[in-house]
Amino acid sequence: MSEEVLQHAAPGLIPGSGTARAAKPTRLSPSFISWLQAGPMMLVFLAFFLIPLVFVVIVSFWDYNEYQLLPAFSGRGYTDTFEGCIAQLPDLCTIGKTYLMTLKLCFMVWALTLFIGFWVAYFLAFHVKSKTWQMGLSLLCTIPFWTSNVIRMIAWIPLLGRNGLVNSGLMKTGLIDHPVEWLLFSEFSVVLALVHLFTFFMVVPIFNSMVRIDKSLIEAAYDAGASGFQTLVNVIIPLAKPGIVIGSIFVITIVMGDFITIGVMGGQQIAAAGKIIETRVNALQFPAAAANAVILLAITFLIITMMSRIVDIKKEL
Amino acid sequence: MKEGRPRSFYVLAIFFAAYVLFLYGPMIAIYVLSFQGPQGGLTFPMNGVSTFWIAKLFQGTGIVDLGAAFRRSLLLGIVVMIVTVVLSVAAGMAFRRKFKAQSILFYSAIASLIVPSIITSLGISLEFRIIDDLIKAHWNENFETSMGLLTSGLGAHLTWTLPFGLLIMFAIFNRFDPRLEEAARDLGATPWQTFRHVVLPIILPSVIGIGLFGFTLSWDELARSSQAIGAVNTLPLDLQGLTTTVTNPDIYALGTVISAVSFTVITLALGTIHVLNKRQAAKGSDAGKGLV
Repeated sequence: MSEEVLQHAAPGLIPGSGTARAAKPTRLSPSFISWLQAGPMMLVFLAFFLIPLVFVVIVSFWDYNEYQLLPAFSGRGYTDTFEGCIAQLPDLCTIGKTYLMTLKLCFMVWALTLFIGFWVAYFLAFHVKSKTWQMGLSLLCTIPFWTSNVIRMIAWIPLLGRNGLVNSGLMKTGLIDHPVEWLLFSEFSVVLALVHLFTFFMVVPIFNSMVRIDKSLIEAAYDAGASGFQTLVNVIIPLAKPGIVIGSIFVITIVMGDFITIGVMGGQQIAAAGKIIETRVNALQFPAAAANAVILLAITFLIITMMSRIVDIKKEL
Repeated sequence: MKEGRPRSFYVLAIFFAAYVLFLYGPMIAIYVLSFQGPQGGLTFPMNGVSTFWIAKLFQGTGIVDLGAAFRRSLLLGIVVMIVTVVLSVAAGMAFRRKFKAQSILFYSAIASLIVPSIITSLGISLEFRIIDDLIKAHWNENFETSMGLLTSGLGAHLTWTLPFGLLIMFAIFNRFDPRLEEAARDLGATPWQTFRHVVLPIILPSVIGIGLFGFTLSWDELARSSQAIGAVNTLPLDLQGLTTTVTNPDIYALGTVISAVSFTVITLALGTIHVLNKRQAAKGSDAGKGLV
């Protein structure tokens, strides 16, 4: 059957390819082919990711005035950013407060997505036995990821707004007599929206780790007399750790750099690391924006390094 | 073996159902609300049912030049999809052999995925500004900008879609049987024929998956576009601009229209994947027996 296909294909595609092969066409070396295959993607990352990062670092040391970049060395981007940080001690300066806020949001979102993501993945991996159901339910969790984040954010407005479903529901039941104000355009709505948007990034890697766990290990733990909780803590969580760490890295880096969700759901009132960059860009203060980007990158990198340490150490123990 | 299901199954099933409701509930709410009557407001209850707001959107009497933004986003999404598929499949093939710079490419992709979007976006915008300045200084004083939808915008989107494409390719080739290719080679197929008639048909469903990621991620992209798209706006950027001045349901109508495109693409892609898988299951086994 396949031979037939190939034989059909050979003359159809390249007439006389049989003779061409006999004449030994100049063969491309395997390493050249690899370059040809991987080169275009490498070029895209070079042109649109690596070089831009270099420019961010360079421009962060440039000078600027109200309306343009001045390509001369200056630490102004950084000194402007940390303005007042020493003078105001022991109070936190603006940038300190902003990062504290960002880390706080980050931690809350991380804890919630981890909890939800872990149990959703656990349910899919261990309780859903049929492959078809597993596929279907995973797909159900994935589809929102393919739809617009902004739409998923504004979708909360009719629910959480002053006259929204939640408020009117609570008013009707008599639990409150004024609409609750902190439901929308607040830290609460920011965290809610971030959890809503990004739990997916936790579910996928944890699920991937979990389906790879050999089911006989769990049976062995059960046979050896472990309770369900002991199996969870001593068998499943350690084996799912790579997924947990990868998911955590995703969620933390997304929240650290986020400015859209925090902007839209925070009513443009909450300062965060990503928002400073946006504000500086809008004010055309590119070196200051770049300096903030370098700081954000350094902190994100630090967090990732720390997290990947945790796993490696545990692996070695 | 076991009789019935453990109690934890029911607890977690309810938890899972609540999660799905949490995922879809709000979205469904705005889809419903976009069919508000002409007098309808931003929240429930519905004030009559009509297609007033959606029609208003298409008349262009609304807030932004929606048609232009729609066409731009569609064009960019399709270009991103094609480039993502071609580059990911090619690079995925390369990763099956060892080659120099393999780890550089791999780490670039991972870093591109996790470096905050705003930083990548800012970097691209700086890069293009500096290129513009160079062109103005040395070649053409009247040069406007090299930033645009299909230059900086395309690049920005690719830094987001290509890592997904590459990771999907890794997943494909993890469970790909290389004996199929050996067999094709033994039967005298050239490398291109092997790829075209053996490898590609087998990986096609997943390749469509890469296309699905490529299009939808670009169609909804916001953070990377924000600084790098140039003077024009894409649809999500227009939508985000509207969120600060929400007063009537046309924003929901716009959301519904954007989602309708997403859902159409998702349905088409998943449908095609399903059909291809079915065909593979029906015909593939025979080919397998013939080859091995």
